[in-house]
Amino acid sequence: MKQQRPLTITNGRLVAADGLREGAIRLVDGRIDALGDVTPQDGDDVHDAKGQLIAPGLVDLGVFAIDKPAFRFGGITRAALMPDQSPLLDLPSRVSYIAKSGKPDLWVHPLAAATRGLEGEQIAEIALMRQAGARGIATGRRWIADTGVMLRLLQYAAMLDLTVIAHAEDAALVGDAVATAGEIATRIGLPAAPAEAESLALARDIALAELAGARIHFRQVTTRAGLELIRQAKGRGLPVTAGVTPAHFMLSDLATVDFRTFARISPPLRCEDDRQAVREAIADGTVDVVSSGHDPRGPEDKRLPFADAEPGMAGAETLLAMVLTLVRDNLLDMSRAFDLVAGKPARLLGLEAGALIAGHDADIALVDPEKPWIIQSLRMEATAGNTPFDGQPTQGRVIALFKGGVRLTD
Amino acid sequence: MTSLPTSSHAARYPAGAQAFPHRDLLGIGQLERHEIMFLLDEAEQWVRLNRQPTKHNDLLAGLTIINAFFENSTRTLLSFEIAGKRLGADVVNMHAAQSSVKKGETLIDTAITLNAMRADAIVIRHGSSGATGLIASKVECPVLNAGDGQHEHPTQGLLDALALRQALRERGEAADDFTGLVIVICGDILHSRVARSNLLCLQALGATVRLCAPPALMPTGVAAMGAEVFHDFDAALDGADVVMMLRLQTERMSGQFIASEREYHHLYGLTQKRLASAQSDALVMHPGPMNRGVEIDSEVADMIDRSIITRQVEMGVAIRMACLDVLTRRARGVAGWGERP
Repeated sequence: MKQQRPLTITNGRLVAADGLREGAIRLVDGRIDALGDVTPQDGDDVHDAKGQLIAPGLVDLGVFAIDKPAFRFGGITRAALMPDQSPLLDLPSRVSYIAKSGKPDLWVHPLAAATRGLEGEQIAEIALMRQAGARGIATGRRWIADTGVMLRLLQYAAMLDLTVIAHAEDAALVGDAVATAGEIATRIGLPAAPAEAESLALARDIALAELAGARIHFRQVTTRAGLELIRQAKGRGLPVTAGVTPAHFMLSDLATVDFRTFARISPPLRCEDDRQAVREAIADGTVDVVSSGHDPRGPEDKRLPFADAEPGMAGAETLLAMVLTLVRDNLLDMSRAFDLVAGKPARLLGLEAGALIAGHDADIALVDPEKPWIIQSLRMEATAGNTPFDGQPTQGRVIALFKGGVRLTD
Repeated sequence: MTSLPTSSHAARYPAGAQAFPHRDLLGIGQLERHEIMFLLDEAEQWVRLNRQPTKHNDLLAGLTIINAFFENSTRTLLSFEIAGKRLGADVVNMHAAQSSVKKGETLIDTAITLNAMRADAIVIRHGSSGATGLIASKVECPVLNAGDGQHEHPTQGLLDALALRQALRERGEAADDFTGLVIVICGDILHSRVARSNLLCLQALGATVRLCAPPALMPTGVAAMGAEVFHDFDAALDGADVVMMLRLQTERMSGQFIASEREYHHLYGLTQKRLASAQSDALVMHPGPMNRGVEIDSEVADMIDRSIITRQVEMGVAIRMACLDVLTRRARGVAGWGERP
């Protein structure tokens, strides 16, 4: 599915790094050839964007499943796959297989398991996995409890010039908790751990990353105290970045009061003040990435008592719409919104994608940012509809999606 | 169908089903104050019946009640079984240890199975908070929560309130509710659904509730629920009217929460000496089973004039009879309780 003929998308609003501007974009041989005040050349295919946004395809940093229909709905053209697969991505052969698995219409970038079996004990064959196509190293859903192992991992990652994508929850403090300690968890009687489990883990890992001279990305930072640590680390010039998923800026632990397992996520939902802190941190640039954490879970994992259910939410389809709520709330502008879901994650993975720049891969989403729709669990494209936003009216839909200059159709 | 005369407090509630407009009893948290009062008043008639030589009524004759216990239980299961049988229902006990739950069947499938057997009420105990609500959402008959994880144990909250009310009345303190009473609940609050149901129930009836536990066994956020939080047992006992002791739920503990039972008793064991800090006529309660010598000394547990621990057990049967009666009224076509489904 290579691009056969040049394509010019006209009459759109280009989402450039410095703001929106009206114009067109020309895609040649799978790459962005030119953009701005360009006109179709003889022999070009022409697509009229009819005034919609011409945006980079989303780069989803940290999904747990490859789910093409959901990704297509959500405008996701590249996804970094977490190593928590069955079997785990802790061997070069598995990484190599996954790296090729989505092409040509979806590029999957495997994240290598940091340790064998994700057990947090023995460092995996990261250099070989990098050669096999891994774009980063991830600790998975778990924190590496052994401080010595974490330091050696970060030193090794620095040498290999790979970013470590870490999960920030002190495992011993969390134990078997499924909720954040507080009034809500106490009222409904869920095993709960203090929110400080996050800042404790962050404090250690930031110190270790500084010691090792390594780049570290925390996939989800969800508490006020944790975000303040990220802010301070950035202030000291450390290569520390932070992400979050929409659940933590849209919902608080109030969403768990009726034991709805679609609100069972990891880390658990936090108190309202932490939710506000996440929104502030997105606005002031402390948060670099918003990802879907896409983890579709069927009834066998979710139609259970809350604490017995598996964590995770199907987030690919709602990622863009939820980020656009922040634009409507004037927390950020459209350029920044797409930097959170495409530009920055691409840069963290070392990809020439995620932004409208000549020479980059022609991964383009045409977006109607106002189009209203209702999120419906039972009518999702994902392999399972476990969304905590079920029934919520929202705005913003991908109208057309192009991967490498080729339009993806249903 | 025969029915004992209803209580004399009828004027205190809305008529018919409006007095208790819930299909299920999942928690005290879902109840209004007057609904709690209604259940307590309804239970009085069964207290009287249970004290007669012939303790039988055919109110629920022909109805099938399934006690589905996914956690081991002796006293609560027995209490529900006796309650159902005294009302003439066919009572069946399902022990999870001997059921297909062990073979991997999901809770939902179990619920659907019980529903298909056309139970008229299902009583559920389960180790996970919210499990009874999940089952209730999948069945067509009333569901009674007999304890779900660390969430609620509503019939325990109700029976404790009834036992306390009776004891106070017998002493001549015929207050309508517990306004002005200071009640201490001491023990493993963190893991206790009894503590949560009692906190909600006693507060709804006007009491001031003091919770006392070491920090590791005290959940965060209980102050926001209106409780007064204590770690010093003697301070908590000061001037208390009622002392309710809870056992250590070692089966729910992962990790170490206390240094030793001996040390726990040193700090939180209810001794006769310690009880002296409370009001001179303070009542002693315990939902059982007791660990004598750990959270409560035998000489306190067995005080004839102060301990109402056995009365709590007695009231348990009456409360459960009241709950089974009230929740099945619609199915039985009792006038004013809605159409027979």
